[in-house]
Amino acid sequence: MLQKIMMSGIGGQGILFSGICIAWAAMEEGQYVTYLPSYGAEMRGGITSCTIALSDEEIASPVASSPDYLVIMDNQSLLRLQNQTVSGGEVFINSNMVTDRPVRGDIEVLEIPVNDIAKNSVGIRYANMVMLGAFVGRTRLVKPVTILDNMAAILGKGKDRFKAANIEALKAGIDYFSQGGGRA
Amino acid sequence: MKKIFGRPASLKANPFHYCPGCGHSILHRLVAEVIDEMDIRGHTIGIPPAGCAVLAYNYFDVDMVESAHGRGCAIATGVKRARPDCLVFTYQGDGDISAIGTAETLHAANRGELITSIFVNNAVYGMTGGQMAPTTMLGQKTSTSPYGRRAKVEGYPLKITDLIANLPGAAYVVRTSLATPAKVNATKKAIRKGFEIQRQGLGYALIEVLSPCPTNWKLSSVESFKYLEDVMEKEFVPGVLKDITKEKA
Amino acid sequence: MKGTDAIAEAAIQAGCRCYFGYPITPQNEIPEYMSRRMDEVGGVFLQGESEIASINMVHGAAATGARAMTSSSSPGISLKQEGLSFLAAQEIPAVIVNIVRGGPGLGNIAPSQGDYYQATRGGGHGDYRMPVFAPASIQELYDITMESFDIADIYRTPVMIIGDGMMGQMMEPIVKHAQPPADLPPKDYILTGAQGRPSRILRSLILHPPEMEEHNWKLKRKYDLMRQTLPRHEEYMIDDAKMVVVAYGTAARIAKGAVKRARAEGLKVGLMRPITLWPFPDEAVAAIAKKAKLFLVFEMSTGQMIDDVKLAMSGGVECEFYGRPGGVVPAPQEIQRIIERHWLQKEL
Repeated sequence: MLQKIMMSGIGGQGILFSGICIAWAAMEEGQYVTYLPSYGAEMRGGITSCTIALSDEEIASPVASSPDYLVIMDNQSLLRLQNQTVSGGEVFINSNMVTDRPVRGDIEVLEIPVNDIAKNSVGIRYANMVMLGAFVGRTRLVKPVTILDNMAAILGKGKDRFKAANIEALKAGIDYFSQGGGRA
Repeated sequence: MKKIFGRPASLKANPFHYCPGCGHSILHRLVAEVIDEMDIRGHTIGIPPAGCAVLAYNYFDVDMVESAHGRGCAIATGVKRARPDCLVFTYQGDGDISAIGTAETLHAANRGELITSIFVNNAVYGMTGGQMAPTTMLGQKTSTSPYGRRAKVEGYPLKITDLIANLPGAAYVVRTSLATPAKVNATKKAIRKGFEIQRQGLGYALIEVLSPCPTNWKLSSVESFKYLEDVMEKEFVPGVLKDITKEKA
Repeated sequence: MKGTDAIAEAAIQAGCRCYFGYPITPQNEIPEYMSRRMDEVGGVFLQGESEIASINMVHGAAATGARAMTSSSSPGISLKQEGLSFLAAQEIPAVIVNIVRGGPGLGNIAPSQGDYYQATRGGGHGDYRMPVFAPASIQELYDITMESFDIADIYRTPVMIIGDGMMGQMMEPIVKHAQPPADLPPKDYILTGAQGRPSRILRSLILHPPEMEEHNWKLKRKYDLMRQTLPRHEEYMIDDAKMVVVAYGTAARIAKGAVKRARAEGLKVGLMRPITLWPFPDEAVAAIAKKAKLFLVFEMSTGQMIDDVKLAMSGGVECEFYGRPGGVVPAPQEIQRIIERHWLQKEL
């Protein structure tokens, strides 16, 4: 079955890295996967988003005109993308930074105060990892443990110093919903 | 009898096709003599221009690769970077090196490419019938400046050599002339130095040689050599514009 | 792996040790990757001052026998055309990558297939041809880039690889591998300094028409050989297909999704995916034309490959076109709709 995830936020929030984590884990698990980043015109402060397509068979198009899942880290992204979500889709929202809420009644909204959680854990810079943890913890589109086990490889040469904090932040997010974390 | 003069080994036995009084005939010989004297024939790769000397490979008995018009310094860059052990030279006219090839020449010099460019300046486009060149002088009549070059309309003669002398990557920049036997000898010394500079890995070497084109100047051979001395050398003043070996001292 | 990185790494694995390029979106990752990687393998990376300079640097390096490569995107490829003509004329191997963007003119940086004519109708001057490959996945991009260096050497020709902005940026899992062994002819034409042998000339100026004619025919014989050995394509659900969609690259991926969906609705549709744009797999098209009732050519352009499809079929079968130019990437559902519309209209 083909599933498409779109993740969006402000450049610098670690959106693309989160996307790569999912794609990498899917690859390790033997799923068909494509990852497609897209950049705004501005280098800093513009919207960055990426689309991850997961499937058990060949993926025709890496583009998602109507994603099944949205991961939204900032308000502008919500306003831009909420209407594209497929009916019945799930929208994960960073409730610390997104002030609006989806107006559609046919999608499921899941809120996570990722900034707060990150601040209480390894620091606000890792908010994207908290969100990622919550997302995979909830949807199980890839197994959270796959991301944890492959973090060093995903980070690549010379970035080892982020590994521990990333893992910590991920774990803080993974159990968010199963421990009764909030909804809309 | 002792043989004191002959065809250099680095020149093929083909008779030159150049016009009577053309500078290429002299310059080809000088380059070949230098290659012989430095004993580098087996390690030299040359790049001819588009222009009268496009068939230079019929004369120089070294490995040569033909270049698109103006791109000589880029091709030479590719050759030298891939084969740093070879001596690489371009042999280019004024249009090749400073009209269409301006970017490639400037940037090769800027990067300090270890290549040597021999720049044949006759202030006109010879091969194509005498059109205006970047180095055509004010007032000089050519087939595309029939009223004589006018600063307002056609700009000024471009002294690319002077520009390149300012670049830190350029190690040896010199202007010589073929007007007299003494100057021909000085030209040969300059070419030799240009090759030595490359071998020493000091940077880009550019040797501009003021050369006659009787056919397009519409002068006789004898008059052409006078024109070099009396007119061209006033505009394009021969001399050493940069010599990194002198600076170091 | 990302498309652009896959290209660069495959080249390195194939023994490419000279890269010359100029920044242009959406392929900047290739020169950037090469600027790091070439150092690691003791190769040469140089950012040229223009795309023109870059292709000429490739020419120079390849003339000495090095495996050399450049990459660019549409407007930059326009600049390189003179260089390509010269490479073809002097029979110098090289690999050129075009990550196609929207055009003409400055265009945009979105994926497009508008350079088909430029690539296959010899964008440069003169009577030459050039093998052109159009991968449709990152794995294919990797495999074909690697192989293109061998093909360039075997036939002494420049080879072009066409990607697009999406394929360049997309990441997919791939299996990396080493260069498979190949039977390469000796490089007896390269310039290395004439020590111990007669001097060699690489040239394309042939003033005497009869001599030039013979050179042209010599090149043609080479191209004819390529026409026999190089055409490549993929067929998907062709056997009982009444309608066949023809598409390449990213468009083919999308079309495949559409064909799958249409099949699920019971329509007997198939996909023919040319992998070589030149030499075009015309025999394959002609063979399919014997059984199919309708061809639907889908391109992310206003229609360029369709000419080759029609030529291959010699007018035997009806040929419809659907295009989305300008960098717009349609969804499979859109193509599925078009397939269904034609199916109904033609009462297939």
